[in-house]
Amino acid sequence: MTKDNCKKLVIDIISDIAPDEDLSAIKPEIRLRDQLQLDSMDFLDIVMELRKRHGIEVPEADYGQLASLESCAEYLTPKFGTAKA
Amino acid sequence: MKHSRIVITGIGLTAPNGNSLAEFRKNLLNGVSGVTTIDVRYMGRHPAGMCTFDPLKYQKKKDVRIGTRVGGISIYCAREAVADSGLNLETRDKSRIGIYLGITEHGNVETENEVFNISQFKYDTKFWTHHHNPRTVANNPSGEVSLNLGITGPAYTIGAACAAGNMGLIHAAQMLRLGEVDLALAGGVSESPQTFGIFAGFKSQNALASHEDPKKASRPFDQARNGIVIAEGGCIYTIERLEDAQARGAKIYGEIAGYHVNSDATDYVLPNPERQAQCVRKAIANAGMTVEDIDLVNTHATSTPQGDIQECLAIAEVFKSRSTPPHINNTKSFIGHTMGAAGALELAGNLPSFDDLMIHPTINVDTLDPQCDIPGLVINHPVTAKRVCSILNNSFGMLGINSTLIIKRFAA
Repeated sequence: MTKDNCKKLVIDIISDIAPDEDLSAIKPEIRLRDQLQLDSMDFLDIVMELRKRHGIEVPEADYGQLASLESCAEYLTPKFGTAKA
Repeated sequence: MKHSRIVITGIGLTAPNGNSLAEFRKNLLNGVSGVTTIDVRYMGRHPAGMCTFDPLKYQKKKDVRIGTRVGGISIYCAREAVADSGLNLETRDKSRIGIYLGITEHGNVETENEVFNISQFKYDTKFWTHHHNPRTVANNPSGEVSLNLGITGPAYTIGAACAAGNMGLIHAAQMLRLGEVDLALAGGVSESPQTFGIFAGFKSQNALASHEDPKKASRPFDQARNGIVIAEGGCIYTIERLEDAQARGAKIYGEIAGYHVNSDATDYVLPNPERQAQCVRKAIANAGMTVEDIDLVNTHATSTPQGDIQECLAIAEVFKSRSTPPHINNTKSFIGHTMGAAGALELAGNLPSFDDLMIHPTINVDTLDPQCDIPGLVINHPVTAKRVCSILNNSFGMLGINSTLIIKRFAA
């Protein structure tokens, strides 16, 4: 799993969570909440979809790691190698 | 105590055979059923009444994803009613608007979906959605309307089994008369075909309709009727005090003349014709009318072998003194049983009779059950009435709740 592939998988999830949003020009370094209409319930949806689709657990203490696409990739990419799915 | 006069000024609806009053009415007069078949989880294909409105007309995709089916139905109906009424909510005090929606049940659909969801994950509850509680609270349908329209007045549901559609309107009239609100969005809604539990429950009760042609499955009063067709739908009205409606030059569909609600206190499911008759009589008295004043009776009859007979007994008893009976019809034969929406939706389908004097029939009566052969029944083809100045609308429900609502033609 590369970081770019990881970003694509995260964007796939966000496209289902926020289907009205244009995701074609997301800036990886900018906080997702600053460029998309995402609230705390949406972030719980992202956490749930990572669990369902990829077997990845994100503890509450680590939610901040999902702030931007770049930080998502940084945090999640290693987990894809160890997930139980 | 002198009551304010309460009038209907807008109608928004979705039924299995129409997404507007005009379309619904046209299909009722032309004998067009909206019943189809659907796949019911664990149970295979069954007849059901499904609505075809566009949820994205008034909601974003994300709101549809997060909300419930009945929330979407409620928003569609509420928005259509407001548009029909000519009201501009942006100029109104939104804290003085009430949302009162009748429901038969709520939460079954969302709970079943989550149980099915976690069954795909070995029943591990960490896969249970955090959306479950806001989706299943009993006020969900009204709450979703409140969110969508930014209405900050009281928004809640009235749980009254299948008597609930009438109850939404009755409650709105009461709150307007008490001065609690200045405008009400009121009616009934249902998403029941999305839950297998209701199908399975009626099946186990030997009260679920079956027929090779789904359009013939709902057949109140017919000898071969064998049960209920479960349907979804909604109907929401804008309800106002007469003086407010007149002050803004509103179109008035009709006036709430009277109502009554009572309970059988005899059985969980079996109806009680004595209490039903009492409910009808008390509603007529509450309207300041006599049985001679009722021109059209819309029955609750759900196409069950026993229930239809019981209601016919009640109606025949109430109107036995009439030399010329009122016209009697039924809407479930077209759309199935829309549960919490039934009372409100079925009333809407008849309101145009005040203007066109046409009475839509009950369809699918190939052989009239002799025990349902009561005077005035309009069967299979519409008739033209000499007079339609009042409509009596029956809605009854499990645990023995009965509601009768009488609407009269508006005359200043």
